Amino acid sequence: MSWVPEPTLNSYLILSAVLFAIGTAGVFLRRNLITILLSIEVMLNAVNLTFVAVDRYLGSVDGQIIVFFVMTVAAAEAATGLAIVIALFRHKESLNPDAFTSLRW
Amino acid sequence: MLYLIPLLPLAGFVVNATFGRRLSKTVSAAVAVGAMALSFGWSAAAVWRLLHLEPVGGVRSISEVVYSWIVSGRLNIPFELRLDPLAAVMILVITGIGTLIHLYSTAYMHEETDGEYARYFSYLNLFAAFMLVLVLGASFPVMFIGWEGVGLCSYLLIGFWFTKPSAADAGKKAFVVNRIGDFGFVLGMAAIFATFHTLNFQEVAAKVALLPKEETFGLLTGITLLLFLGATGKSAQLPLYVWLPDAMEGPTPVSALIHAATMVTAGVYMIGRNAVLFGHAPHTLDVVAVIGCVTALMAGTIGLVQNDIKRVLAYSTVSQLGYMFLAMGVGAFAGGIFHLYTHAFFKALLFLGSGAVIHALHGEQDLRHMGGLRKDLPITYWTFLIGTLAIAGVPLLSGFFSKDEILWQTYVSGHTILWGVAVLTAFLTATYMFRLLYLAFFGERREAPGHGPQAQASHQATSDHGHGMAGGHGSHLHDAPPAMAIVLVLLAIGSVVAGYVGVPNVIVPGGNRIEAFLEPSFEAPGGVAERVAAAAEQPPEAHNASTEMSLMLVSTFAAFAGIGVATYFFRSKPQAADAVAAQFGGVHRLLLGKYYVDELYDATIVQPIKRISTMALWRGVDAGVIDGTVNAVGLVVRGWSAVLRRAQTGSIRAYAMWFFAGVVFIVGYYVIWR
Amino acid sequence: MHALLFWIFAAVAIVASLLVVGQRNPMHSVLLLIGSFGALSGLYVLLGAPFVAAIQIIIYAGAIMVLFLFVVMLLNAASEDPVTGYHARLIGGAGPRRLGAVLSLGLAIELFWALRNLQTAPLASGDQQPPATAVYDIGLRLFQNYAFAFEATSVLILVAMVGAIILARRERA
Repeated sequence: MSWVPEPTLNSYLILSAVLFAIGTAGVFLRRNLITILLSIEVMLNAVNLTFVAVDRYLGSVDGQIIVFFVMTVAAAEAATGLAIVIALFRHKESLNPDAFTSLRW
Repeated sequence: MLYLIPLLPLAGFVVNATFGRRLSKTVSAAVAVGAMALSFGWSAAAVWRLLHLEPVGGVRSISEVVYSWIVSGRLNIPFELRLDPLAAVMILVITGIGTLIHLYSTAYMHEETDGEYARYFSYLNLFAAFMLVLVLGASFPVMFIGWEGVGLCSYLLIGFWFTKPSAADAGKKAFVVNRIGDFGFVLGMAAIFATFHTLNFQEVAAKVALLPKEETFGLLTGITLLLFLGATGKSAQLPLYVWLPDAMEGPTPVSALIHAATMVTAGVYMIGRNAVLFGHAPHTLDVVAVIGCVTALMAGTIGLVQNDIKRVLAYSTVSQLGYMFLAMGVGAFAGGIFHLYTHAFFKALLFLGSGAVIHALHGEQDLRHMGGLRKDLPITYWTFLIGTLAIAGVPLLSGFFSKDEILWQTYVSGHTILWGVAVLTAFLTATYMFRLLYLAFFGERREAPGHGPQAQASHQATSDHGHGMAGGHGSHLHDAPPAMAIVLVLLAIGSVVAGYVGVPNVIVPGGNRIEAFLEPSFEAPGGVAERVAAAAEQPPEAHNASTEMSLMLVSTFAAFAGIGVATYFFRSKPQAADAVAAQFGGVHRLLLGKYYVDELYDATIVQPIKRISTMALWRGVDAGVIDGTVNAVGLVVRGWSAVLRRAQTGSIRAYAMWFFAGVVFIVGYYVIWR
Repeated sequence: MHALLFWIFAAVAIVASLLVVGQRNPMHSVLLLIGSFGALSGLYVLLGAPFVAAIQIIIYAGAIMVLFLFVVMLLNAASEDPVTGYHARLIGGAGPRRLGAVLSLGLAIELFWALRNLQTAPLASGDQQPPATAVYDIGLRLFQNYAFAFEATSVLILVAMVGAIILARRERA
């Protein structure tokens, strides 16, 4: 099946760029706090992909270790973020980020 | 161990200042008087040692560096004390008469509270310490410490009863007027350093001695005039004498010590200390002589009509200081110091005597309400009489010798006009002093109208006895208590015999021991003689003798003439005095108003300064510019913050957006531009 | 074969992400994200990183997404909230949304721009490195060079745990 172009490093990087852009768009466009957090996870994953791809290209192992740490931190961040969301929800019965604007001038 | 001389009174100050309120009066007094007495003893011992020293380069001196004070680049000012003949005379006067006045004060101030008593003695000790530093200092800055310090203590002591507005004002006036003089002194000091790169008296004198005398207005004349300005402030000469009469608001012993015997003589001492410098600026010396003479005359005329016993003595002090400056101005440095020394005795005596009178009369100070005290206060009367005779220049008393020396030197140096004015002033001195004596001690007692118990309260406003009255004492007057009486007697003895160290050589060859003793202090190091005027031009001794004797007769005649006039007007025919006063009403008012100098100063200097300060400096600069700037800064910050804080919307999405915009920007920078 | 798999996995990942961002129901979003993670995991395998692929499934899809699921079901966030009409200005309200989306597009363009000149050789496929050695290498590196980061991360997790518990605690009435 040679009609399928070989994936180069470029392809992986472009893929991860696309995923990252999708993730940031999601952060801005969604009106649901949980979905925003999900979009952040998408962004993190895109970055992980970049790391592993370049890692393979360079032939080292460090990238995977970074990915390991990223995932750990992502887990911690997701847990904390969700805890905050729960606390906010208890307060206002709403998951819309625009509902929480009391810290303003 | 010279430093002990000022250190002992300083220690007394510290004790009385910190613990005074808890100490009894006896202890406070013992500390203060003891400190002074010990200092006197130590001074005497130091002078004894000095006398037995071998002269080095013609001068006997003891130097001592107490500690290294300022060392900065080229400027090296150690705290150095130096005892030479001039300083020896001064410290003996300060500690000796100072101890006596401290002793006197123990009785005079006895009606104050314990705390106030201690405060008084702490200030008095502090003053003595500073004055001793002033005269023992070996360089200008050390002297200046003392100079400023005595000014401060003068302020503190004049305003001792500071709850009385007139006393507080008098203190402020003294300090401010002094300050104007100090301004001149500091500038002079700076000029000296800029010119000679040293501030040590000996070094400056050595360098000046190498310069020629200035015939025109030059650098040295400028420097010495600045220093003299300081002297006029401190020693109450024209134009800065106005504080001394007001200083009589302070307790009488203060007037005796500070404003008669010691602080006001600082200016005279300063000129003497810098004899070489002043000697090289003949124009300044002329200025000094003229100002001294004019001040003497002017003060004498004012003293003639004053009604407050202390005011008369104050103007008398100004006048006698004028004599001292006259002496310095004609080059008779030793003569001036000699008069300083004798004047300390009889002026202190006169002031303390007046204090005894005031004390006996429970605060009455007006001469018109006195009289006939000769019978009730014998000790006071006899000692006061001796003091009056001394100041009038009656022969055989100390004042005669010193005053005569000045008159002689003035004449012989060619200043004949000044001599004439000085003789006239001597006549006036005798007149007003005997007027004082007669009005106070002779005749019948002229009580103040309504001088009963209910009128005692009104006396509080006019007297210097700021304490509460004990109620009407009627005609029972008691003479000075023992502490005061002893001092009066001792000072009276001093007023008589103190002059015998300066018997003119023409009467007793070699009799003028004090001048011989002081001479080396006025010469530059190395023995270069610095006597201005008379030294080179003095005709042979034989001719001098007859001239000197005849001049002595003239001054004696002037003294007795003055006594005679006073006796006529104030003893024999009192109404004649009032008639003359009425006839020359305008002159009388002018003199009584002190030539309206205070009013003049107020109108031309004080009021304009006040107005400028209020309008321009206070409203304009302080409130307008400075406050305005500070407020403006605050307003600007507020304005900007009002704009900028709108960024805090509270919307996290907005914040995220801004983050992201930054990220995009940075990435774009790296991607597109590089 | 590997190339084809790459394109398939890539397509799945992109479509799933788009749907995660695009569609309404949060529950569906979570599930779609799990799908996306699966695709990514496949990509990791293709890149010869089996360890990462494994922990991707275990930690991400297995733990984190389950957590999300729990929270979604707990909060009954079944649908998207309507627009609430807050200040619709640039600095707040609808402005950030639109501007943010535009910025995302901008970022994508920038990244493409950066990558356009980068022509590299095809990556070797995964079967050239034995999986066992790969894990062995990672472990060696992790516990030798990055041991401190490892320990610090464990502290981080502890902190996150404590924080999450406290933040989500029901307040005493």
